[in-house]
Amino acid sequence: MDFFQLLSDLEKADAEFLDRINPRRRVFKYLGNAGQKITTAAVPAVLASFFNRAYGQSATLTAPVQAVLTLALQLEYLEYHFYNTALGIAGLIPSQETAAITTIRNDEAGHINALRAVLGTAAPTPYLVTDFDYSGGSGTGNGPMKNALIPGSTGNTNGALFFAAGQAFSDTGQRAYKGGAPVLNTTATKDILEAALNIHSVEARHNSHFRTVRRAIVANALGSAGAPAVSPYDAAPKSWISLVDNGGPTAPDGSKPASKVYGPGTPATGTPDASYPGEDNTSQAGVNLTTLGSTYTAAAISEAFDEPLDPATVKSIASMFTSTAGKAKGLFV
Amino acid sequence: MSNHLSSGSQPLEADLDRPLLTPIKRRSFFMYAGATAGATALVLAGCSKSDSSPGTIDVGSGDGGILNYAYALEQLEAAFYAQIKTGTYYTGLATGSAEKQIFDDLALHEGIHRDFLKAALLANSITPLKDLTPDFSTINFNDRTSVLNAAQTFEDTGVAAYNGAGRFISGNAYLALAGKIVSVEARHAALIRDLRTYNTFVASDVVNTFTPSAPAVAGQYAGEGTPNTTPNTQGNGNPGPGQERSKRPPVILQAVNNFLASGSKLSANSFA
Repeated sequence: MDFFQLLSDLEKADAEFLDRINPRRRVFKYLGNAGQKITTAAVPAVLASFFNRAYGQSATLTAPVQAVLTLALQLEYLEYHFYNTALGIAGLIPSQETAAITTIRNDEAGHINALRAVLGTAAPTPYLVTDFDYSGGSGTGNGPMKNALIPGSTGNTNGALFFAAGQAFSDTGQRAYKGGAPVLNTTATKDILEAALNIHSVEARHNSHFRTVRRAIVANALGSAGAPAVSPYDAAPKSWISLVDNGGPTAPDGSKPASKVYGPGTPATGTPDASYPGEDNTSQAGVNLTTLGSTYTAAAISEAFDEPLDPATVKSIASMFTSTAGKAKGLFV
Repeated sequence: MSNHLSSGSQPLEADLDRPLLTPIKRRSFFMYAGATAGATALVLAGCSKSDSSPGTIDVGSGDGGILNYAYALEQLEAAFYAQIKTGTYYTGLATGSAEKQIFDDLALHEGIHRDFLKAALLANSITPLKDLTPDFSTINFNDRTSVLNAAQTFEDTGVAAYNGAGRFISGNAYLALAGKIVSVEARHAALIRDLRTYNTFVASDVVNTFTPSAPAVAGQYAGEGTPNTTPNTQGNGNPGPGQERSKRPPVILQAVNNFLASGSKLSANSFA
């Protein structure tokens, strides 16, 4: 097989072939530096990688990679429909935050766009808003968070419960992406890994803003980032997770529906890429961080690191927000 | 494995014999990355350049190089937040005020990141980069605007740096650790941005925007919309829609070197 002739033919057949490979210059580097090392046996694998990158065919995604991306996509739908629905409910989102929630909704739409493109034909049929139960009632429609989309209802003055739910959803998302990243770390999926990391940090930025808004609501200072956090941080949290934020937001019925968002996954201990400690973790890679400095309190250490979550725990959280119709489609199953 | 990391991550002083050191560095990198890799970006990146920039310390190669790269960034951030405490902007903040809470926390977080990374380097028998000497002469620590501007630069840079370095990490334990840190940097960045100008936590200079359009089938949103295609002149082209504008290590260090004194400036030639 004449590898160079093949590339040349491909470029004639599809003038955009080289442009599809991102970054473009990698092709030239590849040919320049490693081309002569390609053996006959290696050619199919090399070509598979090229075609995957060029045309995004899902057929070459391994099952574990597909599973991570599919769960990520489902979580993006959970967020997208929540914000999109909220934007359509008059009086729910305070005027100071309409622009921010619109931007966040658009970012989630972009994530859906990107993940569907990577999954290609393996992408699930688009999920509908009716596939979700935003009450947190696992399909009953009567869960502890049901007031989150009802303007001015108990616990939801200024959208307090809506922002609490947004915080829980985006923290679930950032922990899920963190847990999935090692699965995406293969030589064939480095571009996908980078995209996932670039989504992951955006989820964390969103989460930071939700927390800022929640502080502002408590301080009656909407539209400002200048309101202080109030211990124990369940209602007026810091923009980062301090220990377990006292179990996260409290629902009107007094329950803590997001407590699992901040708790440990399974297993809770092990190597950093295969363990899912709670957000109050104070030990990283075998280093007990409290020993590193006299001012390094457990709270400060826990704030300095966000923890990953395993897919099973993520699904158990998200399935509280899945309707019977969604479950029938395999959403978070 | 740690031997390979160690030999590949020695800080390279500018005046050392580069023609000798560079081939050693590259050879150990190949041993580490694995000669079997087909289309691996790691190998390609390792091949892309063979010279260190003059007058700089190279962070090294392999996972040890990335860890030292992160250690350098955290050193700089920790030094910045420590110095904030000496300026009249910080000393004038009221006890219990949001900004005092925030800068107290940031100083702790970045100090913890720095000390943890040094401990992790030593635990893995990787020689840590030397203590870097910062150059904050362009920052007025007595002025709120100057401090917040600089804080935003450092935090946004940190996020873009960790995201852009992720693809070069081989060991999943290291990748996981980077993930645990980068989201905290993103939280910092978003808050500092909101403090400076409210609602800029995901502004288009750091996150590529996306404008969704009506779904083809009502209610069935399938990702319809228009990604921003304006090339990002500050970094590495345009990321996907709704995604952080991550940057590769050499791009990051170009900016970071403005805040490092002569003799502490860095390069990352293995991670182009």
